[in-house]
Amino acid sequence: MRIGVFVCHCGSNIAGTVDVAELAKRALTLKDVVYSDHPMYTCSEPGQAGIQQAIKDKKLDRVVVSACSPHMHEQTFRRTVEGAGMNPYLMEMANIREHCSWIHPDMAEGTEKAWEIIKMAVAKARQLEPLYANEVSVNKDVLIIGGGVAGIQAALDLADAGLKVTIVEKETTIGGTMAKLDKTFPTIDCSACILTPRMVDCSQHENITLMTYSEVEKVSGYVGNFTVDIRRKAAMVDWNKCVGCDVCVQKCPAKAPNLFDEGLEPTKAIYIPFPQAVPKRAAIQVDYCRYFQTGKCKVCERVCPAGAIDYEQKDTSVTKEFGAIVVATGLEVFPWEEHYSEYGGGKIKDVISGLQYERMLNASGPYGGHVRRMSDGADPKTVVFIQCVGSRDESVNRPYCSSVCCMYTAKQALLTKDHCGMDTDVYVFYIDIRATGKGYEEFIKRVQTEFGVKYVRGRVSKLYEQDGKVMVRGTDTLLGEQVEIPADLVVLASGIQPADGAKQLAQTLNISYDEFGFMKEGHPKLRPVETNTAGVFLAGVCQAPKDIPATVAQASGTASKVIGLLAKDKLKTSPQIAVVNQKNCVSCWKCIEVCPFSAPEKQELRDGTYKSHVIETVCQGCGICVATCPVNTIELKGFTTDAILDQIEEVLQSQL
Amino acid sequence: MAEATNNQASGAATTGAAPGGAGAPDRPVKVVGIVCNWCSYAGADTAGVGRFKQPANLRLIRVPCTGRIDPLFALKAFEKGADGVLISGCHPGDCHYSEGNYYARRKFELAERMIHHLGIPPERFKWTWVSASEGQRWQKVVTEFVAGVQKLGPREGKAL
Repeated sequence: MRIGVFVCHCGSNIAGTVDVAELAKRALTLKDVVYSDHPMYTCSEPGQAGIQQAIKDKKLDRVVVSACSPHMHEQTFRRTVEGAGMNPYLMEMANIREHCSWIHPDMAEGTEKAWEIIKMAVAKARQLEPLYANEVSVNKDVLIIGGGVAGIQAALDLADAGLKVTIVEKETTIGGTMAKLDKTFPTIDCSACILTPRMVDCSQHENITLMTYSEVEKVSGYVGNFTVDIRRKAAMVDWNKCVGCDVCVQKCPAKAPNLFDEGLEPTKAIYIPFPQAVPKRAAIQVDYCRYFQTGKCKVCERVCPAGAIDYEQKDTSVTKEFGAIVVATGLEVFPWEEHYSEYGGGKIKDVISGLQYERMLNASGPYGGHVRRMSDGADPKTVVFIQCVGSRDESVNRPYCSSVCCMYTAKQALLTKDHCGMDTDVYVFYIDIRATGKGYEEFIKRVQTEFGVKYVRGRVSKLYEQDGKVMVRGTDTLLGEQVEIPADLVVLASGIQPADGAKQLAQTLNISYDEFGFMKEGHPKLRPVETNTAGVFLAGVCQAPKDIPATVAQASGTASKVIGLLAKDKLKTSPQIAVVNQKNCVSCWKCIEVCPFSAPEKQELRDGTYKSHVIETVCQGCGICVATCPVNTIELKGFTTDAILDQIEEVLQSQL
Repeated sequence: MAEATNNQASGAATTGAAPGGAGAPDRPVKVVGIVCNWCSYAGADTAGVGRFKQPANLRLIRVPCTGRIDPLFALKAFEKGADGVLISGCHPGDCHYSEGNYYARRKFELAERMIHHLGIPPERFKWTWVSASEGQRWQKVVTEFVAGVQKLGPREGKAL
């Protein structure tokens, strides 16, 4: 065996705290190591060329790259050695950056640990064997979970590229949060005017299937071949007959909370969220329906001209196959009422959230676009905005910036002046103004100078009611003094968080998420729309807070990645999978019991006996069966028991 | 035979975190970690990228899933003289392969008892969950575990 070891400087990232030249020298003392080097940047063009040259000149048959995490560059170096004619699975990485140089500031300590990491990698390299990828065919249909602007953009891009797309949306209409917005910053474009034509495009596109009022229940399979169970919730209305005429909504006698209007005013138990809904179909909120609660009413059934009401309707389930999945589940508003008792905890009527104010401003909202006090309906003369409510606040476990509030607050402040008159007093309490997008800073300046919105730097400590006003008590940290403003209406720039159920969905899809439920991208810089589960992609706020331009850009980025994936007719599968040595198999079928993917099967041999056999293209290489097999006759390629034990032995050599 | 909880060896200068009182350890302990590729290995990467400093006593072995870990690996490590063994994977519900960590949990619940029964103090063996985004938690887990093992000091010879 002829092993080559390459110890990367990574500039000063590794060489700053690890003596790479010394390690390259020491590596030559290891058994089977015939060549070593310490390139400045191993992943650079000359670095990779150096490896390829050494493979040829020194006739290397194993390569150990001692550099960064395999999550960073394993693929890179596999391609490198493959380029020199070596099997890519004969390359092993020693992670001496993330797991060593970056966490151990002491040179002597770092070098000694790196030395052991390299020895372990060499021990593993000796156990490597050439592996060859299989190919599977690819289903070219795409599932998009979430029908907000991210899902819509991705769907249209994919459908235009000729792929069949299914959008699954949990509400009765697509549109998401953007459909609730009145205007968008910094252009003050009408949100609906931009979005609703795209919603209609989705419903009319021959390649797009809309499944609204539906949820993803179960996902199995793998990249190129996912099987997904989708549950259609019972709307109690036959949508094939319903034409969205709204008569039932007008006649329904029962009130229900209006979630689309953020609870400002109630809607009816049978409802259509908003006039431009796509599809424009009615649904019954059973918990509020008089018929379902008391057994009497049936007004909607009597008035429906299409005969669409169906009180017997049940949830239905469909199973569909997809090649790729895009998650675009978006956001919900931080539930500030539960966390900010100093702001009244939701008990002061004239304190509302930013998204509620958005509905108030909207012409198709509950007040026809008329800004009013919630307590008495009067026109407000003084409006106060408070930023960072549920953002940048560790006391409520929301340390992150919601990224959109500075800008939407400025927009709403401008619209307040526009709706209520320029003589209205408008204040904004802020910590910092974050206006980093194109034209954003200019917009803030315009709001401050042209519209005379007064920005006060400081936090508001308390809101309380006095003489029909909401008293806003805070500090102006620039002037260093207490301020108290009697306001008619207070709007909280409530932060955003992942949509309800995002964590459960992430678990269903086997993708990672952070403590807040934002889903984790493959790499923050290099794989921003992929997840670590092949074939599952991200778009929009489900990944991190972002505004509409960034969401749309990410959705298009995701679409292009999906198109790239599905442009191939066959996909290579990882050969690092489980293989049964049938000679020792005792046919206990424990492997079949534990496999989450149904990869092992009973295979009939010539003598009529049955032994376990792992289907190569189904196996995902987890190795659960390997550790379960009572006679140790299943081996996991690339992570063999011998390789693991050799690493343990190597690192403990000097212990006893 | 149960090992003594304090190392009485004398001689070489102390390097690790020496506990107050008798039996100061004469060398830093060595801890073998076996972690899954998707959560804890990536969590250790996240800790590295965030420059969350850790004691240098841990040596990591990467496997695809905690479900692939044979309890034998931990026993082998103790047999070969490891001062501590740390197993870490995805939080329950988060397994990249759906349920590998549940199988691991069952195995290590039992293995833990067996390891104690063999005379190895509980401070020397730990299994836990660290996700890919929990760099800080990884730092905490490693720091606390190594400190606990260091307090006991290096193991004297084979305990198995």
